[in-house]
Amino acid sequence: MIENASIIKSTPEYTATRNACKLCAPLGASVAFKGIRGCVPIIHGGQGCATYIRRYLISHYKEPVDIASSNFTEESTIFGGGANCLAAIENVISQYQPEVIGMATTCLSETIGDDVKFYIQNFKDLTDRETLPHFITASTPSYQGSHIDGFHEAVASAVKSIAEGGEKGEHLNIFPGFVSPEDLRQIKTILEDFTIPSILLPDYSETLDNPIWDSYHRIPEGGTPIESVKKCGSACASIELGTILNKGSLSGRVKNSALATTAAEYLQESFGVENHRMPLPLGVSNCDHFFETLSQLSGKEIPMKYTKERGRLIDSYVDGHKYVFGKRAVVYGEEDLVVALSSFLNEIGIEVALAASGGESGRLEEEIRKYCPENTAEITVQNGYDYEMIHEWCIENKPDILIGNSKAYYIARELGIPIVRCGFPIHDRIGGQRIKHVGYNGTQELFDQIVNELIGYKQDHSEVGYKYM
Amino acid sequence: MNEMLKGRKSQIVTKGQDDVAIACGKASIAGSVSQRACVFCGSRVVLYPIADALHLIHGPVGCAAYTWDIRGSLSSGPQLHRLSFTTDLKEKEVVFGGETRLYNALISLIDNYKPKAAFVYATCIVGVIGDDMEAVCRRVTREKGIDVIPLMSEGFNGTKKDGYKIACAALSKLIGTDQTSVVPEHSINILGDFNLAGELWMLAEYYRRMGVNMVACMTGDGRIDDVRKAHKAKLNVVQCSGSMTYLAKDMEDKYGIPFMKVSYFGIEDMSDALYEVARFFKSDEMMQKARELVREELSKLLPELQKYRAQLEGKKAAIYVGGAFKAISLVKALRLLGMKTVVVGSQTGNQDDYNLLKELCDEGTIIVDDSNPNELSEFVKQTGANLFIGGVKERPIAFKLGLGFCDHNHERKEALAGYEGMLNFAKEVHASVCSPVWKFMK
Repeated sequence: MIENASIIKSTPEYTATRNACKLCAPLGASVAFKGIRGCVPIIHGGQGCATYIRRYLISHYKEPVDIASSNFTEESTIFGGGANCLAAIENVISQYQPEVIGMATTCLSETIGDDVKFYIQNFKDLTDRETLPHFITASTPSYQGSHIDGFHEAVASAVKSIAEGGEKGEHLNIFPGFVSPEDLRQIKTILEDFTIPSILLPDYSETLDNPIWDSYHRIPEGGTPIESVKKCGSACASIELGTILNKGSLSGRVKNSALATTAAEYLQESFGVENHRMPLPLGVSNCDHFFETLSQLSGKEIPMKYTKERGRLIDSYVDGHKYVFGKRAVVYGEEDLVVALSSFLNEIGIEVALAASGGESGRLEEEIRKYCPENTAEITVQNGYDYEMIHEWCIENKPDILIGNSKAYYIARELGIPIVRCGFPIHDRIGGQRIKHVGYNGTQELFDQIVNELIGYKQDHSEVGYKYM
Repeated sequence: MNEMLKGRKSQIVTKGQDDVAIACGKASIAGSVSQRACVFCGSRVVLYPIADALHLIHGPVGCAAYTWDIRGSLSSGPQLHRLSFTTDLKEKEVVFGGETRLYNALISLIDNYKPKAAFVYATCIVGVIGDDMEAVCRRVTREKGIDVIPLMSEGFNGTKKDGYKIACAALSKLIGTDQTSVVPEHSINILGDFNLAGELWMLAEYYRRMGVNMVACMTGDGRIDDVRKAHKAKLNVVQCSGSMTYLAKDMEDKYGIPFMKVSYFGIEDMSDALYEVARFFKSDEMMQKARELVREELSKLLPELQKYRAQLEGKKAAIYVGGAFKAISLVKALRLLGMKTVVVGSQTGNQDDYNLLKELCDEGTIIVDDSNPNELSEFVKQTGANLFIGGVKERPIAFKLGLGFCDHNHERKEALAGYEGMLNFAKEVHASVCSPVWKFMK
């Protein structure tokens, strides 16, 4: 039919996605599952999905990342993936003895209408095993949203299926979003220094950044214990980092996006755990917001260590301000990271020329304007952008620096401008898992790096190669 | 190994202990953390190095994002293959069909990038929602005047090998469409070299020095116009037998072009690859030139290798790679460095490959098909290997357990084929095995 039918263009200047600036939902869910103690993720779909996602994550974290697959065949596609799902669960249990199985669906299993929860119930009914792992399922077809939607879906799903109510405790829930293992360690240290009991979900600070091993660990140590996830319902409050999360309206969903709840929203609605949503603590203003909230919620003073870190950071802002002022940056990647980075750049006098993301929440612009008070009208904000769009924009607008993951390196190379690598993925350098973004400390490292890249660029391009700044 | 995945036993053999044939070519067991990818992946990676073609992936975003610029295949001209194009299907298309989106994507991309031909890859979802990809491709072919070739490579529809087959069939459609070009008398095609780090250029130069002309290397520094006239060659020289044998057989049937399997890794196999071609053309002059070339190259290489061998002698290696043919060459290459292979396996080897491996290896060597991290780490521990040779996914396993690693997959940036490649290989192995960092791992 299509051969001769008249074709209606979906949009006038529609073109394919070229070098996508986003990944698919099961990847995000797998990362979140890795942050739960004793959890082995299973991707319910074709074998390629798990292999590709593993390969992608391994190239960033430089760690073994075991993700099982239910290995769909043509048969399972036609008759349903039930048998494969059951076999996968059985084999993962016998091989790994996991505490938790996190099952993420794919475009394939979702489209043929596989009901994973039903299969899991089947498994529980049929098995002779006495102890069974906990099961968490995430609905993550790759045609809905991006890896970030998958990440939040998995976290929300963990909380929904495991959290219990009860007498209010003193502990705080922290939902950090898709940050680096180093960021998770930073956040934990901050809470320890405050002496606030807390639950961090997910916590892949160890599982995706392991020390050396003397023997292979089928399941790496670390992660948020299930008992802690249970206690999320009785926390005194939640802090949710990121303001866009999976709340987007343009992610290609047919179903109402209001149905997508975050973990913290769910806890607030179901157990009355007050949610404090704020941008990632990157930049002085965002960090102040985070630290003040912690102080308020706990009734404890901000530890002196952080007052000093803040002081040093601002001192360095002064030292470096001239080198960054008016420089034009392109910021790209995950939406919540783009918001936080932009707000940080905005407070140091770097002009955010373009803030772009492959995410399609439709809310990026609103959030950027909200958190970037200086010259806010000058900022170009683009949702649903891919790297080739960024590339073409850069050729036309000649920015001074790129700030984001390693995938835009080719653009920086062509333009001959510096790129500061942060976020995910970092595939062309080591240490992506140890990049610090959060806290005064993380901001300090990023600030120093950005200033030095700009100074270095000027130095490299100067005729004399001077020895003082 | 106590916790061996049920059903995996037949795919593991220890030389000297098990006298049974290894089972291979099996679908992976559900729930295993296989190192294998899917049908789509097989097709995509084979055609990936064709640099002046448009490669469009019809499906949701993941399949394209994970295969963006993943291989080190170099092009001497156009770089179109290094861009990742996808129709990025959304829920709307999954419900209402993605044909219109595919059509529009093709039209705009072809207008924009002016490719010589286009390959459209089906992903899992296309097979389920029932888009008539072939019809869309026929229509665009007609409207745009270039070949737009659909690959029905739905991921679930077999293994990575089936993807190779589909890619070969796509190439087969193009071959023979140029009837006018004339090629020199002694002409060959090189099949299955991906020009990683410029390896193909090195090989083509060896053959040129022997007086042999290369018509097409379909897959390395590939060009559509070269593929079209590939049927004019007298011989197909097939490397990476896993992926390209289908095409070689097809060309034998259709055009009567014989093929030979070769490997360019290690000096023995490399030299054989040159001699075999000279023997095929029954030219004494060519053989003479080949001998001179080998002599010349070896006289440069061997003294260089000595210093590495001195330090590597007696070390043990584990190999786990995509194709078994490569594994065979690696066993020999390691032997040249004085190293012993204690574990060897592949994702896609066949019975013949494994028989060859069994013959070649020493007693006690573990031979394995379609392995997983759990098994591999057990094998490495059991055998006390010092070096692991594999791809990206095996690297962290090796490093975590404190043994050296040499990347011998398609992402690598070092040329390892040919004589120069052998020296690079020795350097890489040496740099990893002899690094002082391992002492802290105790």
